[in-house]
Amino acid sequence: MNSTSHNFKDNARAALGDKQLQDALGNLKGGLVAQRARARDALPEFEDLRDVARDIKNHTLANLDLYMEAYEKKATEAGAVVHFAPTADDARAIILEICQQAGARIVTKGKSMVSEEISLNHHLEDAGLEVVETDLGEYLVQIRHETPSHIIAPAIHLTQAQVEADFRRLHTHLPKERVLVEPAQLVNEARQILREKFQRADVGITGANFLIAETGSSVIVTNEGNGDLTQSLAKTHIVLASIEKLVPTLEDVSTIIRLLARSATGQEISTYTTFSTGGRRPTDPDGPVNYHVVILDNGRSDLLATEFREVLRCIRCGACMNHCPVYNAVGGHAYGWVYPGPIGSVLTPGLIGVKAAGHLPNASTFCGRCEQVCPMKIPLPKLMRHWREAEFQQKDNSAGFRAGLGLWSYFARRPKLYHLAAKIGIPMLGALGRRRGRFAWLPLTSGWTKHRDMPAPQGRTFQKLWAEHKAGAQR
Amino acid sequence: MSSSLPRPRVGLFVTCLVDLYRPSVGFAAVKLIEASGCQVDVPETQTCCGQPAYNSGDRLSTIEIAKTTIAAFEKFDFVVAPSGSCAGMLKKHYPSLLKDDKAWGPRATALATKVHELINFLVDVRKMTAVEARFDGTATYHDSCSGLRELGVKDQPRQLLASVKGLTLTEMEDNEVCCGFGGTFSVKYGDVSNAMVEKKTHNIAAVKPDLLLAGDLGCLLNMAGKLKRQGSTIAVRHVAEILAQETSDPALGDGS
Ligand code: SF4
Repeated sequence: MNSTSHNFKDNARAALGDKQLQDALGNLKGGLVAQRARARDALPEFEDLRDVARDIKNHTLANLDLYMEAYEKKATEAGAVVHFAPTADDARAIILEICQQAGARIVTKGKSMVSEEISLNHHLEDAGLEVVETDLGEYLVQIRHETPSHIIAPAIHLTQAQVEADFRRLHTHLPKERVLVEPAQLVNEARQILREKFQRADVGITGANFLIAETGSSVIVTNEGNGDLTQSLAKTHIVLASIEKLVPTLEDVSTIIRLLARSATGQEISTYTTFSTGGRRPTDPDGPVNYHVVILDNGRSDLLATEFREVLRCIRCGACMNHCPVYNAVGGHAYGWVYPGPIGSVLTPGLIGVKAAGHLPNASTFCGRCEQVCPMKIPLPKLMRHWREAEFQQKDNSAGFRAGLGLWSYFARRPKLYHLAAKIGIPMLGALGRRRGRFAWLPLTSGWTKHRDMPAPQGRTFQKLWAEHKAGAQR
Repeated sequence: MSSSLPRPRVGLFVTCLVDLYRPSVGFAAVKLIEASGCQVDVPETQTCCGQPAYNSGDRLSTIEIAKTTIAAFEKFDFVVAPSGSCAGMLKKHYPSLLKDDKAWGPRATALATKVHELINFLVDVRKMTAVEARFDGTATYHDSCSGLRELGVKDQPRQLLASVKGLTLTEMEDNEVCCGFGGTFSVKYGDVSNAMVEKKTHNIAAVKPDLLLAGDLGCLLNMAGKLKRQGSTIAVRHVAEILAQETSDPALGDGS
C-alpha cells in the first residue's frame, strides 16, 4: 500500500473537518472503550495475564528461529505447504501462483491486515481474479474503494447512513423499497450477497491470529463466521501471516486469547475461534483440499535485533487506538498507511522507514493511555520516542525546529545564562500581557494561538522572587 | 511532627514553567512542603528537566541536562516538583537515560528514589491528610497524564481538596483523558491538539465549575488558553494554589 504518512498534518486537518467522520468516531468511546473496561473489571487476573502474555511472546521472539523451524516441521507433517516470503513482493507472487495453479477465478478473503500491507487485492485483481472481502467491515471498505481505518473495525469511519446509501447504489438487483434501517438488516443484505460468493470461490485467503509451533496449526478468531466459510468452502485455503504470529504451544494461545477479545471488543471470547491443522483428511466431511501458509517477514526480522523488538508482541487487538485521543480525533486514514493509532506510529516507521513515516511517532502527546491498555504491555510511547531519536540522529527534522531546540538546550544546560535570560525576558512578556492576562498571538506559536490564547506569565521569575524572599528573611 | 527530629531537607524542583510563568505555584509548593514539616531549598543551578529535548529525540542534550539536575539535587533528602510530568522525568526517565553510564547511572537511580510529585509527596510520604485553606465554590480536577500514569497521582489531590473549606469537587467526564498539550505537540500539531482540548473544555464546561484545577502547568496553560478563547469565566489554577490558599494573583489567563 502506498503511504501518505508524510502528509499526516494535512490528512489530520481534513479529518477534523469531516463531519461524517467525526460523527462516526464519536461512537468509539461509549462502545469499544467502555466494553473493554467492563471486561477487564470482570476478570480479576486480567493484569496478571498481561505479564504472562508478555513473557510468552518475549520468549518466542528470543527463540523465533527455533520455533519457526518447529512450526514448519509440524505444519508440513500435517499436510500444509509452508512458504516463506521475505518481502511483500515475494508474498504477492507466491499467492498469485497458488491461485493460478488452482485455476482460480473467484477468491474470497477473511480479514487480514497483512494482506493490506502487501496490497494483495490489487495484485490479484490485476491478474484478472475477482477478490471478495467477506468480513462485513472489509466488504464495506472494498465496495467504497477505501482502506480499513481500524485494525479490527475496518469501517469504523463510516456511519450507518453511508452504508445504506452504498448498498442501494450497488445492490441494484434487490427491490428498491426494501427496508435498511436496522444494522441487522444491513448485515443480512451483505450476507445474501456474500453467500453466493462463498459457494463459488476457488480459493479462500485468511490471515492468522496465531501460528502454533507445537501443533503446526493456524488460528483465526472472528465474530461473523466469515473466516470459517472462507477457509472451508473453497478448495484451496491460503493463510497469510507475519512472522510474529508464532507462539510455542496451544496452552499459550489459550492464555493470550483470554486477553485478545476482552481488549478488542470487551467480549470474553470472540464468537468463532478456529484452528486449522493441514487440509482436509480422508475422514473429514469438509475443509479445503489444499492448505498453504505464507509467512511474511517484510522488515520484521530487522526489528528483532533492535529496541523495537517489543512491537512484535502485538496481537492486533486495537485497544491502543481505541484509547488514543489522537486516533479518536482524526481516525485511522490520517495515519496514511495500513496500521493506524499508536501501534501504527511504532510499526509503520519500522516497515516503511522513519523518513516516510516520521510524523507518526511525533504526533503523540505521550499521554500513555495506549501502554496502559495494551494487553501485551508494549511500551508504545517509549518506542515512539526511540523513533524520534532516530529521526533526530538522521537530521530529518526541519532546520527551524532543530535550531530552536538547539538554542533552548544551550540555555537549559547553562543555569546562570538561563536564569539571566529569563530575568530579562519574562518581565517584558508579563508587562505586555498583564492587563488582559493572556495573548491572542505570540511569535513562533501560531499552531497554538490559532486556536487558543496564551496565558500571560505573572511577570517575575520564581528564582528572582525566591532570592529576594531569602534576602528579606535574612535581613 | 516532633520538633526534636531535624526536619528533612527538600529540594524544590521548581520546573521551568512555574519559574517563568507562575511563581505563585512555587510559593504555594514551598508553603505546603513546610507545612508538612520539612525545610525547603531551591538550588539555583536548576533549569528544566529536559523534556523538550528528550521528547524531540535529542538524547545527548537531555543527558547533559539530566546530569546538571542530578548534581543540583542529590544532596537533599527529598526532591519535590509541582508537576507530575517533570517529577516523572526525574524519577522514571533519568535512570533509564543514564543506565549505561557507570558513574551517573547509580546517581540517577539514587536520586530517583527521592523524587516525588508535590501532592504525592504531601499525602503518601508526609502523610498529610488535610490543609488549612478555604475556597467557596465548585471545582473540577483534570488528571494530567504523566502524574496519573507514571506516578499514580489520582486520589491524593482529591483527598486534600476534600479538606478545603467551602470547596465542592465535581468530577467531569473523561477526567483521565489527555488535554492535548504534549509540549511541542501543541504547536507542531496545533489542529489535532486543539481538537483534543476542545473535547476537554466541553467536558469541563458541562459540570459548570467555578474553578478548573490540575497538577501540571503545561496542561493548565493549554486548557486555560482554550477556555479563555471560548470566553469562559471558569478560573484556572494549579491545585497547589488552592491547597495553600495562594490566590492573590489572578487565575491563569485572567487579567488584573
Ligand atoms: S499494540 Fe497492544 S493495544 Fe495496540 S493493537 Fe497491539 S496488542 Fe493491541
